[in-house]
Amino acid sequence: MLGRAIIQGFIETGRNFVGSYYDPERLTTVQYPEQTLPPDEHARTIPFLVYDGDDPSQGLRCTACTICELECPPQCISIVKDTVKKPDYLGKMQLQPKVFDIDISVCMDCGICAEVCPFDSIKMDQVFALSTGDRQALLLHKEQLAKSNLYFRQIHPGEAAAIDAARAEQKRKAEAKKAAIASAPSGFPSPLP
Amino acid sequence: MRSARNPLARLSTEMDGSIDQIFVSTLHRIASLAPPAAQPLVSMLLIIAGIMVVFGSCFALTTIVERKTLGRMQNRYGPNRVGPFGFFQPIADGIKMLTKEDIVPFSADKALHFLAPLVLTVPVWLAFAVLPVGRNMAAIDLDAGILFFFAIGSASELSVFMAGWSSQNKYSLIGAMRAIAQMISYEVPLLLAAMPVLMLSGSLSLADIVQAQPPGHWFLFTPWGLAGFGMFLIAATAESNRSPFDLPEGESEIIAGYLTEYSGFKYALFFLGEYLGLFAVTGLAVTLYLGGWQAPVSFLQWFPSWAWFALKFAALILLFIWARATLPRLRLDQLLNFAWKFLVPLALLNLLVAGIWWWTGRAQFPGLLIRWLVCSAILAAAYILLGRGLKDHKLPPHRYHYAV
Repeated sequence: MLGRAIIQGFIETGRNFVGSYYDPERLTTVQYPEQTLPPDEHARTIPFLVYDGDDPSQGLRCTACTICELECPPQCISIVKDTVKKPDYLGKMQLQPKVFDIDISVCMDCGICAEVCPFDSIKMDQVFALSTGDRQALLLHKEQLAKSNLYFRQIHPGEAAAIDAARAEQKRKAEAKKAAIASAPSGFPSPLP
Repeated sequence: MRSARNPLARLSTEMDGSIDQIFVSTLHRIASLAPPAAQPLVSMLLIIAGIMVVFGSCFALTTIVERKTLGRMQNRYGPNRVGPFGFFQPIADGIKMLTKEDIVPFSADKALHFLAPLVLTVPVWLAFAVLPVGRNMAAIDLDAGILFFFAIGSASELSVFMAGWSSQNKYSLIGAMRAIAQMISYEVPLLLAAMPVLMLSGSLSLADIVQAQPPGHWFLFTPWGLAGFGMFLIAATAESNRSPFDLPEGESEIIAGYLTEYSGFKYALFFLGEYLGLFAVTGLAVTLYLGGWQAPVSFLQWFPSWAWFALKFAALILLFIWARATLPRLRLDQLLNFAWKFLVPLALLNLLVAGIWWWTGRAQFPGLLIRWLVCSAILAAAYILLGRGLKDHKLPPHRYHYAV
């Protein structure tokens, strides 16, 4: 009948109006910036560098292999290797970056750098209020990019937990191997009985 | 025989001195301070000032209430940053409109371009003069009040023509042509819907029409009144270029149609004129069908008459806002078909039904019931049959002659 759909429309908008005063389903606005929606675990913006422990210069996972610099599509990462080496979480001596710059005005948040990193050292951050009046401030240096593993666990809990578990397992195996070597009688490999 | 009179020479009624007549008595008190020769002029100026203040602030309030109500109906807040709950937004809008640059196209017809907003706004203010907003509160009680009202309303349609032509812009011209076609097409159902009211109240004077609707006997509470009210509201929506009939100013269709070349204060005047036109025709709908300032039932008559008018007025404005939030825009051909092929025949039949109602005016029960049934049946049948005529007919299946 002519007008039936019109009546149904009126009922729906009427319910929207009345429901918007008590039903959160009928008023879904989040009034930014007083209110924010929590970001999804897989949300990403610019990259950041992960460091273990308390000291960013000692715990930085990055070994300056420059794979991320080579893979970055808009080439926004700039790495200069340092001559001084430092031990990684397994005790092996690794290179470290002297300069690690990311130009976030160029970075397109694709995440390829995080995908290709073999050391789980560059990961995607979730900060988005990055506007600034100073264009030079859009070039982030190593000190600004380094964030603790605890922060990484907060923003990407699943991924961080998996990486930490894998690292703990590797460390345990390395320790066990070292213990096996230490406890073996002298003259490893053991001589024939 | 009534004529346009001096508002100071009003007859007193039994409610004199009460809160119902507070505006009338205040007017008398202030006007009596002036020398007797100047009193009619002073009282008229006070009435004009009152109308402009009331309907001007009504305009400001309506813009923000509309935006917030539309927002709530669309699952969002309306503007809520300026002032408490956003209610100072009209001030912000006003400042914005006034400080915008007034751009006039180089090849535009300067005189017409300048006059078009004025031709829209001035007649609409005139239309408020005949509306009886309360007991003894029509600014001018004309013998032919309703005729004056419709004539003035048609005068403001000229401004659309002027705006479209003078902008020297083919899109403005097309928009203006469409707007005029819409307005003319919907004048006919508007007038035809108002006709049964005139027939049954026997007078063109709006004050008399209100007097003919005592509490409980509003014209809305009759079958022809219900249909007529519906048609009047639909035609009123189309006359004010409001959704769903806002094709002339649909931003996705034709930018702003005839308003394209207007900016700043002139655009504000067009905006004002359209909303005032809406208020005028809403006031008329309240007067014709909802009993004007009369209460709905006689034991509620203690409530002031102007307050009843305001309540009914507000309810109708909210209904218009609700319609804007709900209905999609009509295309031009749908719009014109609806006017000519549905509303006009229905309105003519409504006249017939009103005539039957009048003719059976002295019926007693069960005649009353038969009267209701017969009139409602005629209108319902007409509605359903005419409604079928509006449906899009499915095309016959295409026969391919060459492709297999």
